Amino acid sequence: MQVPLSWLKKYVPITLPPRELAHRLTMGGVEVGGIGEIGTSWEPDKVVVGHVLKVDPHPNADRLRLPTVDVGNGEHITVVCGAPNVAAGQKIAFAKEGARLFNTHSGHIEPLRPANIRGFKSVGMVCSVLELGIGDDHTGILVLPDESEIGSPLADILGDVIFETETTPNRPDCLSMLGIAHEVAAHTGQAVTEPDADYPEDDDPIEKQATVEIADPDLCYRYTASLISGVKVGPSPQWLQDALVKAGQRPINNVVDITNYVMLEYNQPLHAFDFGKVKERRIIVRQARKGEELETLDGVKRKLSPPMLVIADASDAIGLAGVMGGANSEVSDGTTTILLESANFDAVNTRRTAAALKLSTGASYRFERSIRAELAPLALRRATKLILDIAGGKAAKGIIDHYPGEKPAPTVHLTRKRIKQVLGTDIPPDKVESVLTSLGFTKKKSSTKNDGLHLEAPYWRSDIAIEDDVVEEIARIIGYDEMPTTTIATSIPHHAPQPMWELKQRTRDLLAAAGMREIVTYSLTSQATIEKAETLEPKPLAMANPMSAQFQYLRTSLRGSMLETLATNWHTSLRDGLRLFEVSRVYMPTKADLPDERETLIGAIAGRRLPLSWLAKELGEVDMGFFDAKGVVQSLLSSLRIEAAFEPSENNALLPGRTASIVCGDHTVGIVGEVHPRILARFDLTETPVTIFEIDLPKLLQSASAASRSYATASRFPESLRDIALVVDSGVPSSNIEAFVSQHKMVQRVTPFDVFTGGDVPTGKKSIAYEIVFQSEKDTLTSEQVGRALEDILRRLQKEFGAELRSQS
Amino acid sequence: MTAEDASSNISDLQSRALTELETLQDARRLEDWRVVYLGRKGKLTQTLRTLGSLPPEQRREAGQAANRAKTTLEEAYDNHLKTLEEASFATSSTKGRLDVTLPGWPVLRGGLHPTTQIVREICNAFASMGFQVVEGPEVESDEYNFEKLNIPKDHPARDMWNTLWVDYTGIQDEHSVLLRTHTSPMQARIMEKMDSKPVRVIVPGKCYRYEATDATHEWHFFQVEGLAVDKGITFADLKGTLYEFARLVFGQNRKVRFRCDYFPFVEPGAEMSIDCFLCDGQGCRVCKKTGWIEVLGAGMVHPKVLEGVGYDPSVYTGFAFGMGMERMAMLKHGIEDIRLFYSNDLRFLKQF
Repeated sequence: MQVPLSWLKKYVPITLPPRELAHRLTMGGVEVGGIGEIGTSWEPDKVVVGHVLKVDPHPNADRLRLPTVDVGNGEHITVVCGAPNVAAGQKIAFAKEGARLFNTHSGHIEPLRPANIRGFKSVGMVCSVLELGIGDDHTGILVLPDESEIGSPLADILGDVIFETETTPNRPDCLSMLGIAHEVAAHTGQAVTEPDADYPEDDDPIEKQATVEIADPDLCYRYTASLISGVKVGPSPQWLQDALVKAGQRPINNVVDITNYVMLEYNQPLHAFDFGKVKERRIIVRQARKGEELETLDGVKRKLSPPMLVIADASDAIGLAGVMGGANSEVSDGTTTILLESANFDAVNTRRTAAALKLSTGASYRFERSIRAELAPLALRRATKLILDIAGGKAAKGIIDHYPGEKPAPTVHLTRKRIKQVLGTDIPPDKVESVLTSLGFTKKKSSTKNDGLHLEAPYWRSDIAIEDDVVEEIARIIGYDEMPTTTIATSIPHHAPQPMWELKQRTRDLLAAAGMREIVTYSLTSQATIEKAETLEPKPLAMANPMSAQFQYLRTSLRGSMLETLATNWHTSLRDGLRLFEVSRVYMPTKADLPDERETLIGAIAGRRLPLSWLAKELGEVDMGFFDAKGVVQSLLSSLRIEAAFEPSENNALLPGRTASIVCGDHTVGIVGEVHPRILARFDLTETPVTIFEIDLPKLLQSASAASRSYATASRFPESLRDIALVVDSGVPSSNIEAFVSQHKMVQRVTPFDVFTGGDVPTGKKSIAYEIVFQSEKDTLTSEQVGRALEDILRRLQKEFGAELRSQS
Repeated sequence: MTAEDASSNISDLQSRALTELETLQDARRLEDWRVVYLGRKGKLTQTLRTLGSLPPEQRREAGQAANRAKTTLEEAYDNHLKTLEEASFATSSTKGRLDVTLPGWPVLRGGLHPTTQIVREICNAFASMGFQVVEGPEVESDEYNFEKLNIPKDHPARDMWNTLWVDYTGIQDEHSVLLRTHTSPMQARIMEKMDSKPVRVIVPGKCYRYEATDATHEWHFFQVEGLAVDKGITFADLKGTLYEFARLVFGQNRKVRFRCDYFPFVEPGAEMSIDCFLCDGQGCRVCKKTGWIEVLGAGMVHPKVLEGVGYDPSVYTGFAFGMGMERMAMLKHGIEDIRLFYSNDLRFLKQF
């Protein structure tokens, strides 16, 4: 909200410099996000009050005129002016040469220069609000009050400071000048003066001239109204227009401006009906009928439905309660009798109506926030007084006040013990009382409790419901920074192990240590990406209100975003090799409840194995493939002390024969494989293969917790090494041979070190060379023992796999 | 054989051995020499063995001569070995000079995403104060994301969190499942689980808002939530804990400032700022010339929230806080655009 300090000063003296005041308000919960200053750029000797002595026609232009202005000290200046409203006798804002003003042609603030306008040299300017930077109306000049002193600096009259405040949803009172004034008063120890609301009443009672009926008291808690006849609708006086403009509102006419002004004063929305248009002089507050139509003041015809609340006359809706008036009862220039409404409507229903019609107004915004019903008659009388003062007319005797929702003012019982329990410090009772008094709380007698304070919240506050609300009031006015600072004195609660969090942390660290770079991608994806990556099953959960097609589905696989990330970096990073991983959740739909959020690891490897290096020129030209990815997975699992087997496997997105499932015990925990080129092509990933691995972390965690970490003594006897090359059918998995050989009690480990096809190896066969390490825990093996063991192994390999010995050493 | 013969043999052997030694230029041949002359089956040992046939007094004399020869040869061996070693070190230090300015072998360097890093740093800071890391669901119910946090349906405070709703048509009511807008729903979940026992946790995780993105707003972001509930926890403890956090993460000399703010699930509510660590509070672009940077929202857990999860608010009090991870990382690293985090351009990621 825009809060001009000139307006605020009508209710509370402001003694602090604006910045200091803004700081205190901000620290106390009413954030001043910006401070606007009006008139600080107007030099006192260059922008002054002028008096129009006479207005002559321009010799060469019908639309231009030549006012002669007394700018003080007997200096008279004649300038060119295009405004139709300039007239002799006016006090106006005059800018002399060099004054810094908003240039309507260039759109910048710049010094005023002499100009030759249609043959007349004009030095100086009669200003509009636009040029002064205090409004956007350029159709006429700004006319100042008659009592303005000729030649005095304009800044002295119009200069102002405007606070831009941010209002939290709990403090609707701070959507008003009086609400802010009460805050200022609490912070500075000043008293608030409420505005004058006394006016003379006519003899004729209002009840005889108008009736109000609340048909739905659950949605309208209070309805007050006054009736003013003989008003003259017209433009508002300058002070009223200025105040509204500075508060960010557009002046319309005196009656409407007054309702807006008082809303900004009290936070109570008001509405003026042209009473001549109210059929049978009856106001009925009822729910809209199904399909009922109403053209609102913004000229839009709206279709209504229950339980939207309307203000109706004897036959039709004439306003949308708490939101906007109807065009059919709008105050216009011809209006003479006004029924002024000041009511209190249900917050939830108003919010739903405004949301359903996509029509948020100053009124609906306030009613949504549950303003107090006590405000209605106060604002009504204040607005009635201003209408009488400004638009003339006579007010009927009394007001209408139906108050079906009346309830006692909220009270709170506050104890010294609770203040200490919450804030951690004992605040002296006299300090507590003085703070609460400054905020407008009143002490009540409690029939039941003797200790503490029984408090009634001030009528403008709707956010005080419990004791802790008052504790906050005390703390924020004294200042949070004045509260003590301690460390928690209670003992640290018992901790439960968090194995998944630990596993994720370790996985990330191990992969980073293995040269992989972590990415984090969006959880939502598009139909297009799902189709491109062929991750169609299971069918993902969708957003009910997606922001865009790009972010429509909760992903069930990390593949799509990984391939997209590869595409983002493909051309810049391929030469150095791309090694990426992500640990994120996928969201698997379940039958009824929330989805199964599974922590998932994906890795992708593509491009050069090594960046360009003089040490390994050839290696730097080799592209990575399946075994690079598998190596990373093996290194990860081995560091996690998890034993895994890699079994040939199939996956529609991966290349047959280049895909392996990762098996830990009885569980398949993941997959590693080269992505099918048809999928790569859709992501524009060309030139080199991409290998990915995916691991389901909850399944991996099961294997990890089963993994043993007990220590085994290393044998102190020497190892014997033998190399053999076997020729087997090309379909025989090496892992089977390795496992078979490892079963021998003397074999410590088996490592394949060469795979060869072609040459003298028959078609359909392959040669694999293994290094076998023999070792005993009991003694040093003799070469005869090793030789016999090797022969035994070879014989059995022949039987099991048809393996022929190709060479041996 | 006579004693003279023996002495002469020994002396011949010694002079032959010494002559030969002079010609040896590498360590392996020196070792061969040692085996030939001084080894267990070497020539000197053999010579010593032949002395057994001499008469006792001659045997002693010849034996002494043999032992002197052995000592002489051993000393000569040690000296020659030393000479050879020194010669070899001298050669090494003058031979094969490298251009040490050439790059080393390219050891691969991976790394963690900046969000992961800041989440860790912040969780570690709180872990040092006894907070335990727990995680919760990202797809949440309206009940936990809002209602149990004292944010009923149709409350204007709901405007503070623009929500992405999950389509559960045909399974649950419209607007009953959502992507969590903050990590705060875990407050209720943890307290329900802990069943009126003390709680001190930190909850990192992804959150989502229906929001247009710009340099400082992202619809997909990480928060860290903290919650401490026990008998006797006060607003002063909240201030002390968060002050310590600010010092751990942003530097020992940081100052903090608390102002009143509103979140429906706390009372009193607060916002914490730290003095700008870039300009030391003098005022710069990052702190918008104020000298202060807002870092987190906090407050005392609202009695209604405690009641709703079965904690007696007249016995238990607690504080909660929440902060955005990307903002923290942006402040620490001088990152100007939040959209860099999840666009995953390696030229950005590799800087962390």
